[in-house]
Amino acid sequence: MDWKPVALSAEPRDQSWYEASARARLAGLLDVDTFQEFIGPEQRQMSPHLPLFALPRAFDDGMIVGRGRLDGRDVLVAAQEGRFMGGAFGEIHGAKLVGLLRAALAVKPAAVLILFDTGGVRLQEANAGETAIAEIMRAITQVRAAGIPVVGLIGGRAGCYGGGGLIAGTCAHLVISEGGRLSVSGPEVIETNKGAEEFDSRDRALVWRTMGGKHRRLLGAADAFVADTIGAFREAALAAIPEAPSFDLATLEAEQARLEARLERFGDTRDATEIWGRLGINDPAAVPSLTTEGFDALLDSLPEGSHHAR
Amino acid sequence: MEKLSFRHTTRTALPGTRASAITGVVASGNLEVLLERNLAPDACHVEIDTAIKGYAEVWAAVVADFVARRQPGGLTITINDGGARPDTVSLRLAQGARLMELP
Repeated sequence: MDWKPVALSAEPRDQSWYEASARARLAGLLDVDTFQEFIGPEQRQMSPHLPLFALPRAFDDGMIVGRGRLDGRDVLVAAQEGRFMGGAFGEIHGAKLVGLLRAALAVKPAAVLILFDTGGVRLQEANAGETAIAEIMRAITQVRAAGIPVVGLIGGRAGCYGGGGLIAGTCAHLVISEGGRLSVSGPEVIETNKGAEEFDSRDRALVWRTMGGKHRRLLGAADAFVADTIGAFREAALAAIPEAPSFDLATLEAEQARLEARLERFGDTRDATEIWGRLGINDPAAVPSLTTEGFDALLDSLPEGSHHAR
Repeated sequence: MEKLSFRHTTRTALPGTRASAITGVVASGNLEVLLERNLAPDACHVEIDTAIKGYAEVWAAVVADFVARRQPGGLTITINDGGARPDTVSLRLAQGARLMELP
């Protein structure tokens, strides 16, 4: 596996995206020293709910928003800190992203980049969190309708689950790494509700081949698969901006047709490896151990090209 | 939750001109440290919000050791703690002071 949790280089862009903090990801993703934070930690906009549960708060509520430059282009960025409460959406956390997206309508950046790292809604403030998810999805559709690409980057330790998975579904383009996972119900949630026979959350290989980056790329749920470095995510984000589809009826109808065809074709399968076999991959069992280069070569060799509806 | 507050007098001001810096995250066994340069050059205030009760004496010792070593005059240091061990607290305080000294 192309898995480098410890980088020997001191260069910020060579560092592991998975291991980095949200602030380190932003610093390395954007042009050097161009990140300007909105509502920074010194403003202490913290959760009003967590003290009721005797839980510690974070100065930024686990959501860092601001502006910066990506290869000279103005972009707005939002990054979730997956280590604080699993990157979960609370009232302040969600409101900061809603505000950023609404600001995008006014300032018209080249793109909005969302660095997902979340288990979903924060249970201690679930009503506010669920409301935030809905407001964010609505705001993303408005930003996309205004012609501004919204690009999601997924490669953090919390993955992109729950409401985060729903929000990701509204983005114009998704970039994912091996360590990134994208789904709505997480492994433990499925096991709790449907039993270990349905989904054994302790089977890490099952989790990764069902929700991991390679499977999401092969299914067309993610548009780009990258190595686990900040530099690789930066390159993919740059490439994504001109590729983002226009947000119109034709795109949505094409996406609907793509999803219907996918369900028709793979709806009866019981495991991701069966899907990979039907996609024309000769040795599905070898896919999880492929390096990023090997996986790119595999994508190029498949009979069907990239799915570009969204 | 427990709130702790420490006031120290330092011999010198912490070098540098940065107005603020942040390091660490609030997670299990970790903490975030926000440093702000907004006091008299010989004053240092440390405000702590910790999830774990009953360790005021350990906090007092770790903070006093940091102040003695780094002489962080002029700083207000605010900590959100997720149950970090004393060595992690010392490390984050040292990282934060270094960030404030950077040009």
